[in-house]
Amino acid sequence: MIARSLLLLALVMLAITAWSSPLSAVIASDLIMARSHEKFPEAMLTLQSSIKEHGYTVARVQRIDIGLTGMGYKTDKYRVVFVGKKEEIQYLTKKYPQLTAYMPPKVSIFAEEDDTVVVTANPYIYREMVEDEDKQIFDRWENDIYSVFKEFSNAGED
Amino acid sequence: MKKQILTLILLSASFSAFAAPDGQALFHKHCAVCHGDDGKGGVGVPLSLPSFIDTVSDEYLKSTIRLGRPGRIMPAFPKLSDAQVNAIVEHMRGWSDAPAVTHSSEPVKGDASHGKELFARHCVQCHGEDGKGGTGTGVTFSRKRELPIIAPALNNPGFLASATDSMIRDTLIYGREGTPMTSSLVSGLSEQDIDDLVSYIRSFEAQQQQADDNEVTEAVITAVSPYTIEETIENLKNAIADQNFTLIRTDYIEHGFVEEGKEDKKQVVMHFCNFNFLYQALAIDPRVGIFLPCRVTVTEHEGKVQVTTINPMRLSALFNNDELKTACEEMTGIYEAIIEDAVL
Repeated sequence: MIARSLLLLALVMLAITAWSSPLSAVIASDLIMARSHEKFPEAMLTLQSSIKEHGYTVARVQRIDIGLTGMGYKTDKYRVVFVGKKEEIQYLTKKYPQLTAYMPPKVSIFAEEDDTVVVTANPYIYREMVEDEDKQIFDRWENDIYSVFKEFSNAGED
Repeated sequence: MKKQILTLILLSASFSAFAAPDGQALFHKHCAVCHGDDGKGGVGVPLSLPSFIDTVSDEYLKSTIRLGRPGRIMPAFPKLSDAQVNAIVEHMRGWSDAPAVTHSSEPVKGDASHGKELFARHCVQCHGEDGKGGTGTGVTFSRKRELPIIAPALNNPGFLASATDSMIRDTLIYGREGTPMTSSLVSGLSEQDIDDLVSYIRSFEAQQQQADDNEVTEAVITAVSPYTIEETIENLKNAIADQNFTLIRTDYIEHGFVEEGKEDKKQVVMHFCNFNFLYQALAIDPRVGIFLPCRVTVTEHEGKVQVTTINPMRLSALFNNDELKTACEEMTGIYEAIIEDAVL
């Protein structure tokens, strides 16, 4: 029994060692960013697939570059993706009308030569706008964004 | 058996505790998003450019990682351990075969007032008044593909604390090949002129003002409208046009989440844009898309019609980009004017 417990402990420690290796090009700060070596169209597909796999809806994609090009400006690919879960967006915006200014959250995605970069505001910035009982929603969003961005970044490593 | 397992535990524990940090992985995690995996640059400057990496000391790189460039996007990394910072720098050294240079910490003696005159003639065009640096960042909007760097802010406290006089002097003498920074000797300056320039650049330290980062800014700009939701929307359309913005579309918060036509009509979003303003903002910082497009929401909640926008000044604090603050101040004024016009 003790031997089995010790073996389990050893395996857990080895697993922690392995998993703690920083593999993801994601910056933890007020802005969460990630870079992919996939070109823009593939990276956009990866991002949207990962968002959906995490249970979120892509409510809209705003084509910033199309608008700029239409007005005569030269620009690379640039889109803004509106993301959320229907029930959470409905709940939050009805309970906290001021949050409508920020909802649904946005992810910017733009080409940087042959790479693609994504960036979003860390959802913890919304925590101060809600009551304590609802702050955990944004903690979960933050975790999910890191997970989505990690997949986004790793896809370009293949 | 127990002894073998105990040994395994101790081995794995010691492996965790004493394993040297992996510089490549740390660079990938903390730096590559902006600088690229190979250091060729992007949002951040091209660190692997030979005329940069071969001419800066380890101390300069370490200090830059620690202090960042306040107000110039590059964040500070105070929480990395010394071993982690050393590992990142060691990884960066792998981009070049040249040995790391060292720079004396002895101050250079020169005439700062003469240096100021020289700076106005030879440096201001790229480095800006008072050494505030070139504008914009990144390759997507701000600079031509063939231009590898935007002139750094020489008055930045992170730069001044990281660069010794000797390093600044060497940069002036040799320039940076592959960038617009040419040798000042080739440009006709004497070694004494260069010392005077170094003294002037060092004098920026005395001019630095403490930024007031403690100011609390509200997360939203909001007002209650005395009109119905329909009247308020009409007022907003006029107010948006009066500010030279184009209304792109009007929809609902629930757009894309529920079947079209079944959205809550008391949560309206008006999207609008001024493309010139947008282009300028993206050139300052391509990450600014999380503000975009400009929008105002009109909600009716418990019989009260409320008009709300983000507060750009609040969001600008996320970017560590002083240039963006000016644009955000302007945008805050525009949002306030639109709301005021609509609810008066």
